[in-house]
Amino acid sequence: MSTFDSDAAAKVHAHLHSHLPSEPALRVKALESLLVERGMISTETIDAWVEAYSEEIGPKRGAQVVARAWLDAGFKARLLKNAAEAIKEFGFEGNATGHLIAVENTDQTHNAVVCTLCSCYPFSILGMSPSWYKSAAYRSRIVREPRKVLAEFGVELPDEIAVKIWDSTAELRYIVIPQQPKGTESWTEDQLAALITRNSMIGTQRELAVS
Amino acid sequence: MKNLSPFLKNDSAVFDQPWHAQVLAVADGLVQSGLFSANQWAAALGQQRHEAETQQKPDTAETYYHCALAALETLLSQNSGVDRATINQRSAIWARAYLATPHGQPVLLEAGE
Repeated sequence: MSTFDSDAAAKVHAHLHSHLPSEPALRVKALESLLVERGMISTETIDAWVEAYSEEIGPKRGAQVVARAWLDAGFKARLLKNAAEAIKEFGFEGNATGHLIAVENTDQTHNAVVCTLCSCYPFSILGMSPSWYKSAAYRSRIVREPRKVLAEFGVELPDEIAVKIWDSTAELRYIVIPQQPKGTESWTEDQLAALITRNSMIGTQRELAVS
Repeated sequence: MKNLSPFLKNDSAVFDQPWHAQVLAVADGLVQSGLFSANQWAAALGQQRHEAETQQKPDTAETYYHCALAALETLLSQNSGVDRATINQRSAIWARAYLATPHGQPVLLEAGE
């Protein structure tokens, strides 16, 4: 084979491989098609889930819940008593929030959430979890050395503030209610919600920036 | 940015690959339909995570989604007629279909059979 032919063959080869999905992508496609044929799941269900979690559902839902808790003491009491029930007031109940628990940061306490087993997360109100939440490093270290890990997130806690780590399970998931920043007492719910970050509701951020 | 901790460098919650989203979509769909429970899913995924950590696989999102796929395959083998051999076989047919289909045209399973 001449040099030219080798190059041409290499290009064709590269083209074919760029078109061919990766091995795990092919396996997912294979099992999806097998399940659809057996009537065990529908393509529409899969597509709707992917679209919702790629675009629509994000931490904004959780931020709205927290903002209302700051403004409405009655709602906050209901949220702390039974968060799964309280978020129905927004219509946010859904997969993975059947047993939701809200935990509140105070001047004396800081809360943070983990799933030491795998990656359980209240994704119907916080959207997809960030990569670090699923990492082995976070899952093992936040329990062993919480103050050190929180410091790596920029949360420096003095000794007098107690740290509570909540370990999620498939049936029990948590949302942290961060503290309302000072000077925002007259703000509206939407203005407040815009301040509230995803990490503050997992507990790896404590102070919220007021812009 | 250079001073960010490894955690904050991995702060993205966006799916890097379509199959990452699809594997979670299928798993969640099957929990909703009752093929297996949320607890079974968490246990299977936890087992895969544990094995990956024991084998010192890289602590990355890619490793996580490989674990999720392996957990899903395990639960399907245990709870449905879709076992690994069936998935291997179907996966090979899809691969042939992709290679046999000109770029830009829809890939149909029949093209690989």
